[in-house]
Amino acid sequence: MAKEAFKKVYTRVDKITKATCTLRAGNAGYDELAIIDGRLAQVVKIIDDEITLQVFSGTEGIPNDAEVIFLGHPPTLKLGPDIVGRFLNAYGEPIDGGPDLEGEEREIGGPSVNPVRRAQPSQLIATGIAGIDLNNTLVTGQKIPFFADPDQPFNQIMALLALRAEADKIILGGMGLSNDDYLFFKNTFENAGALDRIVAFVNTTEDPPVERLMVPDMALTTAEHFAVDHKEKVLVLLTDMTLFADALSIVSNRMDQIPSKDSMPGSLYSDLARIYEKAVQFPDGGSITIIAVTTLSGGDITHAIPDNTGYITEGQLFLRRDTDVGKVVIDPFRSLSRLKQLVIGKQTREDHPQVMNTAIRLYADAANAKTKQENGFDLTGYDERTLAFASEYTRRLLAVDVNLQVDEMLDAGWEMFGNHFTKNEIGIKDELLNKYWKPGKEGNGSLKEDNKTPEEVQVKETGEDQPAEGS
Amino acid sequence: MTTHGKVKGIIANLVIVESEGRVSQNEICMIQHSEAPLMAEVIRIDGRKAYVQVFESTRGLTVGTDVEFMGHMLEVTLGPGILSKNYDGLQNDLDAMEGIFLKRGDYTKPLDAEREWEFTPLASQGDTIRSGAWLGEVKENRIMHKIMAPFTLPGDWKIISLKEAGNYTIKDTIAVIENEQGEKRDVTMVQKWPVKKPLRNYSHKPRPFKILETGIRAIDTLNPITEGGTGFIPGPFGCGKTVLQHAISRQAEADIVIVAACGERANEVVEIFKEFPELEDVRTGAKLAERTTIIANTSNMPVAAREASVYTAMTLAEYYRNMGLRVLLLADSTSRWAQALREMSNRMEELPGPDAFPMDLPAIISNFYSRAGYVELDNGKTGSITFIGTVSPAGGNLKEPVTEATKKTARCFYALSQERADSKRYPAIDPIDSYSKYLEYEEVRESVADRISDEWLGMVEEARDVLIRGKETSEQINILGDDGLPVEHHVLLWKSELIDFVILQQDAFDEVDRMCPLDRQKYMLEKVTSITRNNYSFNRFEEVGKYFRNLINLLKQMNFSEFKSDKFMEYEKELNTVIEERRVA
Ligand SMILES: Nc1ncnc2c1ncn2[C@@H]1O[C@H](COP(=O)(O)OP(=O)(O)O)[C@@H](O)[C@H]1O
Ligand SMILES: [Mg+2]
Repeated sequence: MAKEAFKKVYTRVDKITKATCTLRAGNAGYDELAIIDGRLAQVVKIIDDEITLQVFSGTEGIPNDAEVIFLGHPPTLKLGPDIVGRFLNAYGEPIDGGPDLEGEEREIGGPSVNPVRRAQPSQLIATGIAGIDLNNTLVTGQKIPFFADPDQPFNQIMALLALRAEADKIILGGMGLSNDDYLFFKNTFENAGALDRIVAFVNTTEDPPVERLMVPDMALTTAEHFAVDHKEKVLVLLTDMTLFADALSIVSNRMDQIPSKDSMPGSLYSDLARIYEKAVQFPDGGSITIIAVTTLSGGDITHAIPDNTGYITEGQLFLRRDTDVGKVVIDPFRSLSRLKQLVIGKQTREDHPQVMNTAIRLYADAANAKTKQENGFDLTGYDERTLAFASEYTRRLLAVDVNLQVDEMLDAGWEMFGNHFTKNEIGIKDELLNKYWKPGKEGNGSLKEDNKTPEEVQVKETGEDQPAEGS
Repeated sequence: MTTHGKVKGIIANLVIVESEGRVSQNEICMIQHSEAPLMAEVIRIDGRKAYVQVFESTRGLTVGTDVEFMGHMLEVTLGPGILSKNYDGLQNDLDAMEGIFLKRGDYTKPLDAEREWEFTPLASQGDTIRSGAWLGEVKENRIMHKIMAPFTLPGDWKIISLKEAGNYTIKDTIAVIENEQGEKRDVTMVQKWPVKKPLRNYSHKPRPFKILETGIRAIDTLNPITEGGTGFIPGPFGCGKTVLQHAISRQAEADIVIVAACGERANEVVEIFKEFPELEDVRTGAKLAERTTIIANTSNMPVAAREASVYTAMTLAEYYRNMGLRVLLLADSTSRWAQALREMSNRMEELPGPDAFPMDLPAIISNFYSRAGYVELDNGKTGSITFIGTVSPAGGNLKEPVTEATKKTARCFYALSQERADSKRYPAIDPIDSYSKYLEYEEVRESVADRISDEWLGMVEEARDVLIRGKETSEQINILGDDGLPVEHHVLLWKSELIDFVILQQDAFDEVDRMCPLDRQKYMLEKVTSITRNNYSFNRFEEVGKYFRNLINLLKQMNFSEFKSDKFMEYEKELNTVIEERRVA
């Protein structure tokens, strides 16, 4: 970010709070940057000649005679070809020991795309992870967060996903990253030989929290540059948006704003939407896809941060540790990709929607069987088979450590149906059954008999009547 | 004389302007920012200071910038050419803007000034008229767009000249009128109206009495809305508010549909932009875009314009209503508008009400809903605005200010339940918590009986009872286990499941099932009622579910088949056979 010299210098600060300084000065513009006592600050309030600056790195130690210089422009970023492969801080300054950036200076946090100039998101993003590709298919131009408890390996999953996603550029926006996680991202991208398509903006736990507020805008301005000017497919990773929101609440509290739910500012929805809505598909092929992380506290999704996020994003991916198989999985019940119906069965094999719905339904049957078991009721043969299916399904498809093509996921699905169920029980329409059905390894003769409770057997349905989501 | 002022303070999009002259509450002003003129609205006056909310980003704005007060409130331009347009919240034509990104201060004209319209006079020279009188009409898409006398005219006026049939642009004078004092006025096809003032110009507003078909069974059958009625759809995210509203916008029995996308996802509006020019109106065969106007203020567009967007949409609705048309107005989501009010009120440091929303939020919401309704115009014709808004309760908890305030004023309540959405029982409208107050109106009951049948409402009540008893039974089973209850209870539970699966659930993405006209709803409810009225014999509870699943499957196949097609009749035949298998007298 440019720092220009030879502007008028002010040397009297009237008021200093934890996050802001107020002084009398001439003609500052709203949102404009200033340097106070060598630190970057931004104009957040002007009343007559009284200007309030938000100091990103905090006000500790700023004296009342600090030097203040106004820079005459809002936060900017230098965008050029040499930004690729670089690791930068929240101000867009190198932290990788490399040279300063060259290029055209652009304001960050610019205007939004005219909705009539957007195209409908339409291209499948393959990640190899079945919990995503099979059950919650992602599409370019989509915005979707992982909802995860802080102890889950979401950063590892994001890095993996980013490398597999066949994006032209990957922009990482790290907010409150631990230094270890920062180095993890750096090494992973380096080792994968992917530096020629990476740009990273990183605010670590060692940096002042308020600086984080600039990270999404930095990352998305960079993304817009590649998506608009170069018509590229850009994937933006934002982790952790909960820490971003926490920084928002710090600022608003320090500015004496009235908090709304969970001590978050009343503008939280707009603040988050402004970021997530940068996800876009352009008609000429360029796109920005945002994959974010929202950490939960105690799995509570009614907290203002995940709640507002859910209202904005196009679905969410729930990470959960499955204690039965000891693996992290993408929870098929609580996860949702709202855009999957645009591609599944169209850009993927015709049986995709049916295999997906059927597997989830059988998994739900297993969950019911488990509850029954826990409450001490007897299990039917069908119940036991759903449990066996669920365990195989979790291991082979739900776990995040799988790496398969969509066709392989579908084939795996059919194999498991064949291993545990009869054709009638899975209730997929005949057309597809005849084409894809795979009898189980031991043949279906060995399936546990179910004479006791015939109502557990799914009545043969023709398929169209699945509780359909977009089928 | 226009008043001028200077910027004195800036806090995000709240700007304080000092001026000497006359300034009115809600007056529009233009801030002459060096980069682009910024439109703003006065929201508080305090001595010489006017607090204005700016409809754009204030980035780079400095103290001392000139401000010009425009002498009018935020207004919309009314005239032929509004249909099929995509506007932003301030009625700028989005398609007329240049570039990919929205540019600050890029204000585009809402109507095409050059286009010629084929005008036919409806009044005559010498007629005495009042405000809102129909002077003539032009064909706009498929409707006859009435050219009305200015809505602001005081008292009686005489037409001293009126253009003959012919082609005119909106700028041409089509009539000259004169009042008793000899004051003359030229009338064109276009006029303006301030959005926050209800456009009345009707003779009276009777209670709504006609059911409005939406083609959605969970609404029309169980809790119908009326022409001129109000309703709202609260629900946690992902429960189907937007899908439901889009279905209503496609299918409802309306001449004009105005969709206000208020602070929600841009991609959802893009869906309408792309689909409506292709999809057909099931009743007229015309493209849906022909009867639709979209007001898009998506969540990334300026927050202050969010509030304006719902008022802009309502005013356009009132305009078309005054032409004697049935207008359907949809807003997704009214919570975002309330949040925009909250942001502003907090910036002005007003005393906050519950959850930091402004104290007068309930009054604002109920004033807005009261602009809907069924009206009789001065010329005896009728028109209506049916309004349905979604509400996005924080944390999915319905005990929050926006839901509570809306519940007090909207007459239909379509509560989306997380539980139903989780089990993919779409639309997730809770059949027991939801209600339509219109079912209590005698005139509505009569009109429903007239349009559907005398037995209809009785059957609906019967279905509702089965659903309630089914829910109770399911709760008992959860406690006592399947074996803990006699077989009859299982039958009761499955009868309610049958109503749920066949009547309540409806696949919004299935070509056939998505739209169920009233005659078809009648046919299906009669069929279902005939089944639930029967007694069946079972030996063990295990047999019940199996049997009813089969019935449900056949009935659903009927739902998925063209009404009374061969396939439909075949499934019904099979169904009748299965019914007889276990039916007892
Ligand atoms: N009537 C329906 N039929 C089938 N699927 C539905 C239906 N309603 C909602 N859905 C599913 O739920 C998802 C979320 O619905 P949406 O209307 O966007 O929720 P909300 O607006 O309440 O957040 C949709 O993407 C779709 O998959
Ligand atoms: Mg929605």
